[in-house]
Amino acid sequence: MALLTVSSPHAHGPMSTATVMRLVLLSTLPGVFALTYFFGFGTLSNILLASLLALGMEALILKIRKRPIGFYLNDCSALVTAVLLGIALPPASPWWILAVGILFAIVFAKHLYGGMGYNPFNPAMVGYVVLLISFPVQMTSWVAPIGTFNGEVLGPIDALMRTFSFSGVDAVTMATPLDVLKQNNSLLVEDLWASNSQFGTLAGVGWEWANIGFLLGGLYLLYRRVFTWHAPISMLLSLTLLSALFYDGGSSASGGSPLFHLFSGATMLGAFFIVTDPVTSAVSNKGRIIYGACIGILVYLIRVWGNYPDAIAFSVLLMNFAAPLLDHYTQPRTYGHKKKNLQKEAD
Amino acid sequence: MRKIWDIHGGVHPPENKTQSLQRGIENAGIPPVLVHPLSQHIGAPAAPIVEVGQRVLKGQMIAEAKGFVSVPVHAASSGTVSAIEHREIPHPSGLLAPCIVIDTDGKDEWIELDPVDDYTTLEKADLLHRIRDCGIAGMGGAGFPSAVKLSTRDDAVIDTLIINGTECEPYITADDMLMRERADQIIAGIKILQYLIQPTEQTLIGVEDNKPEGIAALRQAAEDSNIEIVVFPTKYPSGGEKQLIQILTGREVPSGGLPADVGIVCQNIGTTVAIHRAVQFGEPLISRITTVTGDACSAPGNFEVLLGTPVDYLLKLGGFNQAQCLRLVMGGPMMGFTLKDTSVPVVKTTNCLLAPTTEELPPPPPAQACIRCGLCAEACPVSLLPQQMYWFARGKEYEKLEDHNLFDCIECGACSYACPSNIPLVQYYRASKAEIRKQQQEKVKSEHAKARFEARQLRIEREEAEKEARRKARQEAAKKKAAAGKDPIKAAQEKAAAPAVDPAQAAIEKAMAKRSGAAPEESSEETLARLQKAVETAEKRLESASAKLKEAEAADAPNLGALQTAHERMTEKLAKAKEELQQHQQASSGASDTDDPAAAAIARAQAARASKEDKSPLEKAQEQVASLEKRLTKSEQKLAEAKESGSDTAEVLEQSTAKLREKLDSARAELAQISESEAPVAAAASTNDPAQLAIEKAMAAREAAAKLSPEDKARKALESLEARVEKTRAKLAEAEESGADTVEVLRDTLAKLEDKLAEARKDPGVEG
Repeated sequence: MALLTVSSPHAHGPMSTATVMRLVLLSTLPGVFALTYFFGFGTLSNILLASLLALGMEALILKIRKRPIGFYLNDCSALVTAVLLGIALPPASPWWILAVGILFAIVFAKHLYGGMGYNPFNPAMVGYVVLLISFPVQMTSWVAPIGTFNGEVLGPIDALMRTFSFSGVDAVTMATPLDVLKQNNSLLVEDLWASNSQFGTLAGVGWEWANIGFLLGGLYLLYRRVFTWHAPISMLLSLTLLSALFYDGGSSASGGSPLFHLFSGATMLGAFFIVTDPVTSAVSNKGRIIYGACIGILVYLIRVWGNYPDAIAFSVLLMNFAAPLLDHYTQPRTYGHKKKNLQKEAD
Repeated sequence: MRKIWDIHGGVHPPENKTQSLQRGIENAGIPPVLVHPLSQHIGAPAAPIVEVGQRVLKGQMIAEAKGFVSVPVHAASSGTVSAIEHREIPHPSGLLAPCIVIDTDGKDEWIELDPVDDYTTLEKADLLHRIRDCGIAGMGGAGFPSAVKLSTRDDAVIDTLIINGTECEPYITADDMLMRERADQIIAGIKILQYLIQPTEQTLIGVEDNKPEGIAALRQAAEDSNIEIVVFPTKYPSGGEKQLIQILTGREVPSGGLPADVGIVCQNIGTTVAIHRAVQFGEPLISRITTVTGDACSAPGNFEVLLGTPVDYLLKLGGFNQAQCLRLVMGGPMMGFTLKDTSVPVVKTTNCLLAPTTEELPPPPPAQACIRCGLCAEACPVSLLPQQMYWFARGKEYEKLEDHNLFDCIECGACSYACPSNIPLVQYYRASKAEIRKQQQEKVKSEHAKARFEARQLRIEREEAEKEARRKARQEAAKKKAAAGKDPIKAAQEKAAAPAVDPAQAAIEKAMAKRSGAAPEESSEETLARLQKAVETAEKRLESASAKLKEAEAADAPNLGALQTAHERMTEKLAKAKEELQQHQQASSGASDTDDPAAAAIARAQAARASKEDKSPLEKAQEQVASLEKRLTKSEQKLAEAKESGSDTAEVLEQSTAKLREKLDSARAELAQISESEAPVAAAASTNDPAQLAIEKAMAAREAAAKLSPEDKARKALESLEARVEKTRAKLAEAEESGADTVEVLRDTLAKLEDKLAEARKDPGVEG
C-alpha cells in the first residue's frame, strides 16, 4: 500500500466547524424555551419556517454558484443564521416577512459576498435590519406575554395559522418594555413600571427570562471555548456602565436601570450569539474588547436617544464596518518582539 | 518554589505516551545494511573520506565536516563500504541525497577510541573540537551542530543552562525512557556542559509533569549537584526552545536572535548523553534511542538503534503491520513528516517512528471555509494571528505576511490542530516562507547583476573618456609642434642621434682617443688582478659543483640533471675566464713589445669587449652546439644504461634526451644563420690598417650583437614578461573590484606568467 504524504500536523483537534455551529444551535435552547413559554409557539414557528427557507435558499444559491451543496449545508451555518433571525423577529411573523429576511440574510449578505467566511456583515442582522426598515409595523408588533391580557398565548396551530396569514387568528400585540420606556416622557420609572403590565421583576415579563436563557446558553459556549469572553463581556460592561451613568435614579427622563438594559430586548442574545459571530467581528482579543465595548455604547445610544427601541442589529452592523480597521491596529505583540507590531502605514 | 511562567496559547492533544512505555529500552541490533546520509543536520553536508570497497570499523569517521556549521559522519558498525550514492533520505522533501552505504559484517569491531578520564584537564576549544569530531548534532529537533551551539561568543555572559527534557509531542517517549534508565549519564553530560559554558546563575532541566518516573530518576541522580529539575504543566508546544526558555525564565528570545542573546544556552537531554559518551569514552554519535509506536505496531517501545538502520528493519522489531497503516510519520504527530518509503535510514534527529492506523490518525478531511473563529490565534504559542496570515497567504500578500511576523512562526502545528475548518494552516505558512525566501534570493541576484552592469557601464565610459582625452592631447601637441615651425624629420634625426652611448661604442671611442694619445682608465696590472681573481672564483665554484654532482650521482638524486648542467656551465665559465686572462696577458706583453700604444689599446678594447660580451655570436653558437652535442651523447648513454637496467628513470631520461635533441637542432639552425650573416663581414675585413680593422670588426660585431645577442634577447624577453605581469596584475585587481567572472582566468594567467618570469630571471642565458 502506498504511504500517504501529508504535511504536519497529523493530529487534529476534536473541534469542527459543524460542531461549533451545532453547539451554538444547542445553546439557544434555554432562551428559545423561555420565549416559547412566555410568548407562545410563534418563535418556534419562526425558527421552523426560517430554517426551511434558509436551507432551501442556501442549496439553490450553492447550485447556482456551482459549489458542492451537501458539503456546505453540512456546516450548519445557514441554520444558525435562520435560527437567530427567527428568534429576533416578532413571534409568528408572516411567512413573507421571513422569506424576505432570509433572502437578504442568506443570498445578499452571505453568498453575494462570497459565502461562508467571506461576509463582512452578520447575515441575520442584515436580514433583520432590512425588515425593520421596510416593514416597521409588522416588526414592532410583538405578541403580549403570558398573563398580561387574557392570559392566553399562541398555540402551535395558531402560530402556524398566523404565520401563513389565514384570517381569523388574531393575536394580541403590545409594545415591548423598551418601547414603552422610550415613549415615556411624563412618568417616573417607578410609576411607569406600576402602570404597565408588561414590566416584570428585572425588566419585561418574559423578556427577562429569555435574556437569562440566552445568558445561560452563552456561558455554556464560553465554557466550551467556542468563543472568548472578550467581545460579549466588554459589550455588557459598557452597556452597564453607560446605563448606570444615565440612570439618574429613575426620573421621567431616565434611560432605565442597568439591570433593565441587561435583561431587555435582545441584549443577551446579541452579546453571546450575534457579537460573537467570528466571521464579522475583530480577530485579536484586544480588537474584540474594543469591538464589544463599542457595540455596547451604540446599543445604549440608540436605545435611549435614537429612533428605534432596540439597537443590537444596527450597532452590530456599524461595528462590522469597523472590524477591519480594528484588526489593523490591534495586532498582538508576537513572541520575541519588543513593541506592538503596528503595520507600516504604507497601505 | 520556583516561579513557572506560562506561554501564550498551546493545545492539549491526547498524549498517547503509555503505549511505548511498557518496556525498557531494547537494543535493535545490527541491520545487514547501514545507510549514512552525508547531511543529517542543519548546515553543510559532510564530505566522504572512504572509498567503495573499503572496510570500515565501528565508530570510524567516514565523512568529514565541511565548513563551520557541519559535523562528520561515523560508521555505526564494522563492515564494507558497498556504495556511495544518492538514496532516499528521511526529509520532508522526499529528495534523494548522497549516502554512504555499509554492508555490515556482524563483528561490530570498534575503532580505537580516545577516552578522556578527566575532561577538566582539556581546554574549552579542545572539548568543543571533540564534540564536533564525534559528530554530535542536536537530537531533539532540527539537529543543529552542538559544537556550534556551545561555542558562544566570548563577550556573551551565559547565566542559565537549560536542558530540554520536555518532550511535549504526543506519542514520543525516547527522552522519557532515557531519563528513567540513564539519568546518571544525563547528569554527567550536563556537568561537561557546565564546565564548557560556565553558567553564572543556574542549570535547569525542564520536564513536563507527565513524566513522573523520569523526574524521580533525574532528581535522584542530580541530588549532589547544583542542577535543578523544574517540572511544569503539560501543554504542547512547551518543548520548543523559545517556549521552554519563556516557561523557565520568563525571558523571550528576541525575534531573529539566539538564546545566548538573553544569557541562555539550551540543549536537548538526549544530546547531553551523547556529549557525555563522546568526552568520557571518545565514542562518536552512532546510535540513538528511537520510539516506535502507533496502533499499527503490535509491539511498540523504545529502541537503542544504530544510526543508518533502515526504517523497515526497526519497524519490524516494533511489530509493524503495513496493511493497517496509511501514513508513516518520522517524528511526532504534530511536527513529524511522512515517509514515502520505509527504506530510509534512522538519522541523528529520528526520535520517533509513528505508524498510526487509519482510525487513529484519519486522513485529513477537505478544508472548509475559514470562519475566523480565532481558535488558531488562541492556540498560537508566539501570539500570531494565524487566521489573518491565512488570508494573506492565500492572497499572496507577502508583505503583509511579513508584517504579521510570518517568520516568527515555529511551525508547531497548534493552529492547524485547533482549526475547526481543517485548514492546513502550517502548510500555507511553509509555502509562503519558501516563496518569500525565493523572492528575496532573486532580488539579491538581480541587484547584484544590476550593480555589475552599472560598474561595467561606468568603466567603459571612463575608458572612452580617457581615450578621447589622450587623442585630444596628441592632437594639441602635434598642432603646437607644427606651430613652432620645427621640421619634424630633423627633430627625429636629432633624437635618433642623441642616445649613442652603448658600451661597445664607448670602447671604440676610447680606443680612438687612445690613438690620439689619451691614457687608459684602468692600468693593465689592475685588469690582470681582476681577471686572475675571476679565474680563481670560477675554479672554486667549479670544484664545489663537481663535489655536489658526485654526491648526487652517488645518491642517485632526482636533481642530477640540473646539477650536471650547472657543472657544465661552471666549466665553461672557468674556461672563458682563463681565456680572458691569457688574452690580457698576451695583450699586455704585446703592448710592452710594440711601441704602438694605439694598437695595444685596440687589443685591450677587444679583450674588454670579449670579457663583457663574450665572444662573437658565431663562436658562441659554435660552442653551444658543441656543448649540447656533448650533453646529448652523455644523456643518450645514460638512457641506454637506464633502459638496460630497467630503471624507472628511463622515461624521464628519454624525455630529457628528446629535449636536448630539440635544443641542439635549434642551436644548429642558429649557428647556420649566424655564420651566413658573418661571412660578408669577414670578407669586408681585408684592409691593412689593424686599428681600422679592429674598429670595423668591433662595429660589425656590435651590429650583430644588436641583432642577435642572446643576452640582449633574454633581457628583452624578461622586460616584456615583466610588463605583461604588471598589466595582468592590474587587470586582475580591476576584475576583483568589480567582481567580474574573469577573475579566475586572470589569476591563472598571472600565475603562469609569474612562473615564466621566475624561470627567465633564473636562467637569462641562451637556452630555452
